[in-house]
Amino acid sequence: METRTKEPAAHITPVRVYLTVGLALFLLTALTVKVSLIHLGTWNAIAALAIASLKGLLVALFFMHLLYDKKIYMVVVSVALIILGILIGLTMADILRRGDIYEYQAHPIKPEARIYDAARGDTAGVHEHDAAGNESETTPQESDSHH
Amino acid sequence: MNHTDSHPAYLAHHFVDVSQQRDSAKLGMWIFIMTEILLFGGLFTAYTIFRILNPDMFHNAHKHLDITLGTVNTIVLITSSVTIALAIRSMQVGKRKVTLVFLFCTLALAAAFLVIKYFEYSHKFHLGQLPGKYYTYTGIAGNNPHIFFSIYFTMTGLHALHIIAGMIVISLMIYRTFRNQFSAEYYTPLELTGLYWHLVDVIWIYLFPLLYLIG
Repeated sequence: METRTKEPAAHITPVRVYLTVGLALFLLTALTVKVSLIHLGTWNAIAALAIASLKGLLVALFFMHLLYDKKIYMVVVSVALIILGILIGLTMADILRRGDIYEYQAHPIKPEARIYDAARGDTAGVHEHDAAGNESETTPQESDSHH
Repeated sequence: MNHTDSHPAYLAHHFVDVSQQRDSAKLGMWIFIMTEILLFGGLFTAYTIFRILNPDMFHNAHKHLDITLGTVNTIVLITSSVTIALAIRSMQVGKRKVTLVFLFCTLALAAAFLVIKYFEYSHKFHLGQLPGKYYTYTGIAGNNPHIFFSIYFTMTGLHALHIIAGMIVISLMIYRTFRNQFSAEYYTPLELTGLYWHLVDVIWIYLFPLLYLIG
């Protein structure tokens, strides 16, 4: 028992706070379902993510005690979220702006696509109609630019 | 104070005191939570990419998820978060039996979540709404609707594995509480279990709107 005096008193959250936060989470769940049934276009996704983030924040601050605990835990979570932001941000910078750089958009693979170099005598992948008509039109340099 | 004969049994030898031991354990748990955020973060990124590339197909496919079951499961998980928080609080104020009751509630709610998930999964298996080459359903317009179900099963499946892992840990906590290993002075394992369980809740809080509501 004598060791108890050495401990800083741990924060004991009142039951009332847990129940209030739980109720808020229920209400926000109902809200996000209601909002999703209204057609708002892009704003549906923004509203859903905003409500989800508010709910996540409530859980982290009150249930996970981030609000009362040492701030180092908040630093750890922030680092994780910043890294995740970089991951999603850079990926989106690629996915959303790809058309600005490349001439060709993503398209289905064509059946007549040639992946072997006929000049090397490798004709295994050449379709018959391709070998007959289109061979002179496609030089190796051109097919390289399609990659 | 003589260290060798007065330190409590739960204080490991390599820690100066109880609070240092608790802070170290919690820091370790938060770093683990960080890796979990990044694990699911990769999947959320994949979700975003496929959704941007196939907006119409995602919109059509997400209508085949049951919003009612998803909402009920959200309520179930939030309630289980409240009960495990109350379980830890009960131990903080020394009410061991109340802790046991709340831990059993949490375990039951986790099981309820999995039962509902089982019904959702079996319905989709029945219809052939399955990932990748196993997709045989024909009722969804748009390119490659199997991609949506690949994402759906990967994300909810990994989350369900976390629920199962949580149930194992909560069962262990019930056993240790029953064996009187925790007190108002020492309940760190309970606290860490709570942190993990709240993380599983937060992940579902994001999965539910992204998959069920906006697709």
